[in-house]
Amino acid sequence: MTLREALSSGRFVVTAEAQPPKGTAVDEALQQAERLRGRVAAFNVTDQQSSVMRLGSLALCHLLVERGLEPIYQVTCRDRNRIALQSDLLSAAALGIENVLCLTGDHVSLGDHPQAKPVFDLDAVTLLVAARELTQGHDLTGHELAGTPRFFLGAVVSPCAEPVEPQLFKMEKKVRAGAGFFQTQAVFEAERFAAFMETARGFGVPVIAGVILLKSAKMARFMNQNIPGIRVPDDLIKQMEGSKDKEGTSAEIAARLVRDLRGLAAGVHIMAMGWEHLIPRVLEFSGLPAPAEAA
Amino acid sequence: MIIAERKPLDAILGMMTPYHKVLVVGCGTCASVCLAGGAREVAMLGSLVRMTRQTNDEPIEVAEATVHRQCDKEFLLPLAAEVEAADAVFSMGCGCGVQLLAETFPQRRVFPLLDTKFMGVTLEPGWWAERCRGCGECVLDRTGGICPITRCSKGLLNGPCGGYRNGKCEVDPTVDCGWLLIFDRLKELNELESLRAILGPKDWSHGAFGQPRRVVRDDVRTSAEEGHV
Ligand code: SF4
Ligand code: SF4
Repeated sequence: MTLREALSSGRFVVTAEAQPPKGTAVDEALQQAERLRGRVAAFNVTDQQSSVMRLGSLALCHLLVERGLEPIYQVTCRDRNRIALQSDLLSAAALGIENVLCLTGDHVSLGDHPQAKPVFDLDAVTLLVAARELTQGHDLTGHELAGTPRFFLGAVVSPCAEPVEPQLFKMEKKVRAGAGFFQTQAVFEAERFAAFMETARGFGVPVIAGVILLKSAKMARFMNQNIPGIRVPDDLIKQMEGSKDKEGTSAEIAARLVRDLRGLAAGVHIMAMGWEHLIPRVLEFSGLPAPAEAA
Repeated sequence: MIIAERKPLDAILGMMTPYHKVLVVGCGTCASVCLAGGAREVAMLGSLVRMTRQTNDEPIEVAEATVHRQCDKEFLLPLAAEVEAADAVFSMGCGCGVQLLAETFPQRRVFPLLDTKFMGVTLEPGWWAERCRGCGECVLDRTGGICPITRCSKGLLNGPCGGYRNGKCEVDPTVDCGWLLIFDRLKELNELESLRAILGPKDWSHGAFGQPRRVVRDDVRTSAEEGHV
């Protein structure tokens, strides 16, 4: 079942992440994905996340497709102009990749090549417009295509950003530009997500809530101080601090969150940050029953 | 105005090494207002260079001249004799001034003494900030008079990314998120609804990314030549 089918069937969808390596050693990412086969609906393949130069998202997406695993091709506006972006989208379609997540991308100054020239020729909204135009048989300038791609277009939103109103404004624009699903920045408080969904629900597009596995109290504090749109409440930090079994506590916290998000979101996107082996446990604890349902 | 900053003294002395008689030309307009290359800065640099070279037993003659502005030939032509008398010319104007000096006096080497930074405004004495990137097709009418291309670190046209925190941009906690500024301004003006329009993809062909740009006004021009760059 494709991501599109899973979401439109109304079942609670689980997605995870596949990080391309810095280099050509793709085996680990592929093995990790393999271990989650049947448990997650699709794998987000990041596009040089945090502006750190890595193997391309397109290549890893292709390798996943080859193995019968479903990728979500993440595309950012940071490194490519509209010519390269449209071309890569066509390449993705030719390689059997259907899900495309359109993002702005982090600024180059945050990554490992801060001297690079940032592109941002398009932004997340106009990238969606470009991708949608391709699915209608022509490019951004109206030139006809020989062979029309089919995409399931997605976008991102940050539901706990302060203020959140500009996020909702832009989210609505993304829907109009063609976004058929959303994945969110990490959520730690279901109530805040519920408040966000009060408006977001009105856009009529499924929202998959982001869930990060906490690894330590230190990491939580770091995120609170440095990562925009992320707020880890004190009681969770204390819980991690007091825990002798960090993995167990982390899985428990995430599972509780997944349970709470079940009635609110169309699914969860689990960012395991290297603790991918915990994902099955999180799903089990959360009471999401059979892998078959999540698959 | 154009904001510039003087190059470090070492770099300047490096460029001057081969010469014994130089002309330093200041600019009385932008470079002067941003305290980088007006008459005062020319005099200060002149003394500094003379002193340092004297101490190093490599004396140098520094002639000083500050013109009304370096980006108009009419103000440069009167310098002809002083340029002729110097081994080399050093400009304390912006990059435009340096180049017009070189075009006007092709027989002399012309060197830049400033690093030209941006088009901006004075926020307070000693504090200048960028406000326009010369995109060639102004969208300020759509964004509450705040430039998204300049004030948003990614030049986004359709609202903020998810990178703001405490009102600041992800690239630097001392930089305001331009899009939050735009959002607040439009809210105050009761024009938030206008943000719903999808802007772009922007036509960057009018921007500083391709051929050198020109503006030709036939109602003002005096020569009948084809307008060229
Ligand atoms: S929109 Fe273009 S012309 Fe207008 S202020 Fe911004 S960069 Fe300058
Ligand atoms: S945080 Fe604000 S200013 Fe910075 S890139 Fe994002 S939208 Fe632009």
